[in-house]
Amino acid sequence: MTLTKRIIPCIDVDLDEDGNAAVYTGVNFEDLTYTGDPVEMAKRYNEAGADEFVFLDITASAEGRATMLETVEAVADEVFIPLTVGGGIRTREDIKETLRAGADKVSINTGAIENPDLIEEGATAFGNQCIVISVDARRRYDEEGEHYEQVDGESVWFEATVKGGREGTGIDVIEWAREAEQRGAGELFVNSIDADGTKDGYDIPLTRAVCDAVDTPVIASSGCGAPEDMYEVFTEAGADAGLAASIFHFGEYSIDETKAYLDDRGVPIRL
Amino acid sequence: MSESGRTAPEIVVVDYGLGNLRSVTRGLERADAVVTISDDPAAIKAADGIVLPGVGAFSEGMENAGPFRDVLIEAAEAGTPLLGICLGMQMLLTTSEEADHAGEGDAEGLDLIPGTNVRFSSDRKVPHMGWNELRIERDHPVFDGVDGKYAYFVHSYYADPNDERAVVANTEYGERFASVVANEAGNVIGTQFHPEKSGETGLTILRNFVSYVADEASTAD
Repeated sequence: MTLTKRIIPCIDVDLDEDGNAAVYTGVNFEDLTYTGDPVEMAKRYNEAGADEFVFLDITASAEGRATMLETVEAVADEVFIPLTVGGGIRTREDIKETLRAGADKVSINTGAIENPDLIEEGATAFGNQCIVISVDARRRYDEEGEHYEQVDGESVWFEATVKGGREGTGIDVIEWAREAEQRGAGELFVNSIDADGTKDGYDIPLTRAVCDAVDTPVIASSGCGAPEDMYEVFTEAGADAGLAASIFHFGEYSIDETKAYLDDRGVPIRL
Repeated sequence: MSESGRTAPEIVVVDYGLGNLRSVTRGLERADAVVTISDDPAAIKAADGIVLPGVGAFSEGMENAGPFRDVLIEAAEAGTPLLGICLGMQMLLTTSEEADHAGEGDAEGLDLIPGTNVRFSSDRKVPHMGWNELRIERDHPVFDGVDGKYAYFVHSYYADPNDERAVVANTEYGERFASVVANEAGNVIGTQFHPEKSGETGLTILRNFVSYVADEASTAD
C-alpha cells in the first residue's frame, strides 16, 4: 500500500447573532448560509471517515478570533485527526496560540503575501509541516502573468488575490507557490475564486500547474460538487488532497460515499 | 482506578518546545491516564510513563530538550516506558542527517535506539504527509490490533536503526521505512506517525500504551 489521497471537509466558522461559533457555507465567497455547530459537525465528519479538517475563521474580528480558538480547543478535545486552522493569521504569535489551542497546522493567506518572511519564521519555530500556505487564485486573460495555461483555446494565468478574491495582487500563483515552498511551506492550499461554490468541479488547469511546479503536497479546493470532481482532481491534476464544503454540509454526498466511489476506481483511500 | 483495580498511571508529556500538546494529552486521558504536561526534570523522573512529543527540526528539538536529556536517558535505562512521537521518535536515535544539512552535525540524539534519521530521496513528494498503512514486524503490546491499519504521518526524515530488530512496524513510501521502533527491552518506543492524530487506530495505540505503563508500574512496585 501507499500514501492515500485525503478527503478534507472545510468548515467556515463565523459568529452567529449571539456571538457563538457557527458554520456557514457560501457561493463565490459570498451568500453565506448557516449550516450548523462546528464541534458537532467535526464529530460527525470524523465518524464518517474524514481524513482531516480545515477550519477557516471568516469573522475577521478580535472576538471572532477568541471564539475560534475556543472552538479549536473544543474540536481538538473531541476528534483525533489533523486539524488545520486558517483565517487572519498574521504573526508568529498568532501561529503559536493557534497550535497551542490544538491545531496541527495553520493556513496563512494574506499574512504571507504581505510578509513572506512569516513563512520562514513559522517554519523555523514550529516546523514546515505546520505551515500551510493558502492562495486564492483568479483566472486572468491579459498579458501580465508569467505562467500561462491553455484553457478552452485561451491563454490563462492565475493571479493571487486577497480579501476573498475582491483584491488582486498582481502576483502569479505559480511563482508564489514556488517561493512559498522555498521559504518553507509544508503544504499548499489552492483555492479558485472562479470555481468557488459553483459545484462545477475544481479548477483543474490551476491545480495541475501548481502540482507540477512544486514538490510540496497540494490540497485542491473550491468547486467540488460530486465525487467525480474529486476523482478528476486526483487523477488529472495530481492533487494530494481534495477539500470540499457544501457537498458534505448539505448532505448531498457523504464522505463514506465519496471514498467508496474513489476506491472503486482505484484511487488509494483510507477506508 | 482502572478496570483491574490499579491506580491510574501517571504520564508526563514533556513540554520542551512549541506545538500541539493538547491532542496527545486528551488521547491519554481518554485511556484513563493521569497526564501532566511538564518541563520539570523531577516530574519526568517520577513519572510512570513518559511521552516525548515533537514537531519541528531535529537540532532545534535536541537543543530544546537539552535540560531533560539526562533524566530521559536515566528513566529509559531504569525501564520506565518512554514513547517518542514523530520528532520525539527521531530524537531516540543517535543522530540525524537533518542536523548535518543544517550545518549542525554535532546535534546528538538520545542514542537509546542506535541509528540515524535519514531523508526521503527527492523522487517523491516530501514531506510524506497523510495516512499510510502499518505493517507490524515484531510483537509489542502497544501495537496489538493495529496491523494493516492506517496512521497519520507528517515527516521528511525517517529512522534507520542500526539493528533491524529495533523495527516494530514498517510503512511503504517509495521505499519501506521503520514507522515504529523500540529498544530490545521494549520500554523505549517511537512512532514516526502521530497516534494522537490517527483516529481510532491512534487511540487504540494510546490506550495500549497506558495499559503497558500500568503493567510496568505494578511490576516495578
